Amino acid sequence: MNALDFNRRTFLVGAGASAGGLTLGFSISDEALAQGATPEVNAWVVIRPDDTIVVRIGRQEMGQGTITGLAQLVAEELEADWAKVTYEYPTPGQNVARKRVWGDFATSGSRGIRNSEKAMREGAAAARMMLLQAAADEWKVPVAEVSVAKGVITHKGSNRSTTYGKVAGAAAKLTPPTNPPLKDPKTWTIAGKPLKRLAQDGKVNGKQVYSIDFQAPGLLNAAVKDCPIWGGSLKSFDAAAAEKMPGVKKVLKIENAVVVVADTWWRAKTALDAVKIEYDSGKSANLDSKAIDDMLNEGLTATEAFIGNQSGDVQAAIKGAARTVEATYSMPYQNHAPMEPMNATARWTADKCEVWTSTQNGEAALATTSQAAGLPLDKCEVYRMDLGGGFGRRATSQDYVRQSVLIAKEMPGQQIKLIWSREEDQLRGCYHPITKCKMTGSLDKDGNLTGLHMRISGQSILATIRPEALDKGRDPATFQGLNAGGAEGRLGYTIPNILVDHAMRNPPVRPGFWRGVNNNQNAIYLECFMDELAKEAGVDALEFRRKLMKDHPKHLAVLNAVAEKGGWGKPAEKGVFRGLAQHMGYGSYVAACAEVSVNDAGTLKVHRIVAATDCGHAVNPAQIERQIEGSFAYGLGAAMFQEITIKGGKVVEENFDSYPILRMDDMPAVESIIAPTGGFWGGVGEPTIFVAAPAVLNAIFAATGKRVRNMPIKNTDLRKA
Amino acid sequence: MAKLNINGKTLDVNAEPDTPLLWAIREQLGLTGTKYGCGVAQCGACTVYVDGEPVRSCSLPISAVNASQKIITIEGASGKIVEAVQKAWLEHDVPQCGYCQSGQILAAASLIKAKPTPSDEDINREMSNICRCGTYNRIRTAIKQAAAAVRGA
Repeated sequence: MNALDFNRRTFLVGAGASAGGLTLGFSISDEALAQGATPEVNAWVVIRPDDTIVVRIGRQEMGQGTITGLAQLVAEELEADWAKVTYEYPTPGQNVARKRVWGDFATSGSRGIRNSEKAMREGAAAARMMLLQAAADEWKVPVAEVSVAKGVITHKGSNRSTTYGKVAGAAAKLTPPTNPPLKDPKTWTIAGKPLKRLAQDGKVNGKQVYSIDFQAPGLLNAAVKDCPIWGGSLKSFDAAAAEKMPGVKKVLKIENAVVVVADTWWRAKTALDAVKIEYDSGKSANLDSKAIDDMLNEGLTATEAFIGNQSGDVQAAIKGAARTVEATYSMPYQNHAPMEPMNATARWTADKCEVWTSTQNGEAALATTSQAAGLPLDKCEVYRMDLGGGFGRRATSQDYVRQSVLIAKEMPGQQIKLIWSREEDQLRGCYHPITKCKMTGSLDKDGNLTGLHMRISGQSILATIRPEALDKGRDPATFQGLNAGGAEGRLGYTIPNILVDHAMRNPPVRPGFWRGVNNNQNAIYLECFMDELAKEAGVDALEFRRKLMKDHPKHLAVLNAVAEKGGWGKPAEKGVFRGLAQHMGYGSYVAACAEVSVNDAGTLKVHRIVAATDCGHAVNPAQIERQIEGSFAYGLGAAMFQEITIKGGKVVEENFDSYPILRMDDMPAVESIIAPTGGFWGGVGEPTIFVAAPAVLNAIFAATGKRVRNMPIKNTDLRKA
Repeated sequence: MAKLNINGKTLDVNAEPDTPLLWAIREQLGLTGTKYGCGVAQCGACTVYVDGEPVRSCSLPISAVNASQKIITIEGASGKIVEAVQKAWLEHDVPQCGYCQSGQILAAASLIKAKPTPSDEDINREMSNICRCGTYNRIRTAIKQAAAAVRGA
């Protein structure tokens, strides 16, 4: 099948899935690019003769609403009719061929909008100027005399009008303007509005095609079991029985994995279960959660550590303190577990390798494909398909893409879809890293905080995943939200003597970027300990924080907002108790006020969380609300029940029966305060997750007098002593 | 060869008797709206109706279903209740990634059929499907609206 066939098929898949109206995102056809069937005005904007505006987007939709927000920003600068806006994904190969005209495809770190808005708004503004110029040229009038509203261009003097679709061809031939002026966000009429998402129809009628749904004539399916022992390897396997099973085409060894290729995935999986596999545990035979805990405990008091934030003399402050407070917290491994398990379809020949997959980073998937295929980038292509969730898993590692290409290489010319089972997804994750933290605080005789030492001990994500990003061995991302300065994640307290340091301890279990990343544990450690300090000082938790936040007005503003709306300081319903937390990360300031109750049996109920975010500019407040709610579901499920434990080097929790996910009955009411103060662009997909757990933990203390310092909460008996 | 009645048509299925209904639907019949999430009846992404009752098809072998039993998937689901649920889902902009929503919608329609005025407790008890994006509060609101629409309220 050549590229033309692919594009026709992709078009058919997309068209079939869009019976309700707006199209789903499908790849740009190479023919359209080459032959100019509908010429692009520029890389970002294509306008079809029927006035449909196609916005091209490098970032990836995975449920977070980024595509809708970016399309709104483009439509805003373009003065488009929103009802006519749709989108498509350029492929990573096209991005390489056009010198990365669409920029970075990585969709992680809550940067989908904030790191694309400038280039896309400028692209749209340039397109608008070109479209107006084309109309003015046609009418032979000065461009200053023409105006546009909702994609209709008008010349009042001669009472003429035309549409974008009619002049797009002529506009495409004009020289693009440089530095087009952008609108003041205060004048936005499409961006900033709570619009509904694009492409929702296929999600309610089963027609949306995720990469696990990819179909093609003659497609084979593969099931995989990689060595489940972290640090172990594949020793031997006996495939005699499996090879005779129905539908089986091949049993393969791919690096440390056994793979069965069959006509259907169920047959591949059934045959794989019949393969007798032996593993070599290597050095991990005795690796278990206790051994990892011992390793981290040693780091809590080790003499050497990387410094993240230091000022004054914290040891002197602690020595001279009227009172000191000490506490040790811990955060376990946690898995992403997106609903759609990892999967990718690949076809390899000696001169071309193609992959169809759901990824948070199409460019990384392309690079992975090229490396695994042994072919240069221009002989490889990745077709981006919609994701059944990402949460960082599909950003951290393209391991499933690598496997699919290596499998396809064993059967040249054959298109093969690899699907991981849920068990494989649990066993071969990129887990939220494991850390502990020893907190030491010093108070003077008046209860003022004079010093704070945060000793983090545990795993660095970058050391394993992106070692090139380490700074002389130090992992700067460990200190997310605890930094002295910077626009990304700044500590919101001024403490005269402070030391935040990290004893890096890296067990062989692979870590990854998990929604919120290191902010999650840092916010728990700091915000829960702030409550402990306030209690020791005999001061209200809000007042204690406020004294330290005078120089951090944006942090303080969101905290004040949730305190006010959450009813802090006012009586709650009988049996209901409140907790507060604030944090900054991914450029946004967030805070939460949680309300919980704990019954006599020790059962926790989170009733309501009031959340606030200052994300600078709010591109779509309705979608931000959904991200706040979603981040709480994700973060609370993790805080309440989720931990990945290790035995014999292997993950113990293999499916949702042992790795519980938050469901409807545990979802609290969420009230959102979206308070953008302008002048900066912060993320929204992750930030609010930071404050979900600490606000609830502080409320649990208020309810029970118990400090839960070890996650998840289910491991602590909450019954009143 | 097994025969299954899916979305009103009787179809031949070339699969071993212990093949889960989910994989027969997805791989033999090419209907991919029914999703694989866990394979152990925990998440509900694979929900279909068998004779009008919601079933987690990942854990039901095709040998346990006979040709006279009517299987309905999201692609074939219709009628006043399902359509009211789908409409409410779009009005409240429920889906995020959308992967679990086929199952959520069929579970919701079943709930409304059994409880025309579902209480919060009914929703908590009956809506056990997993959504990793966390659309639960919108699902709750949309169920109440759909139920009201069906009642003609």
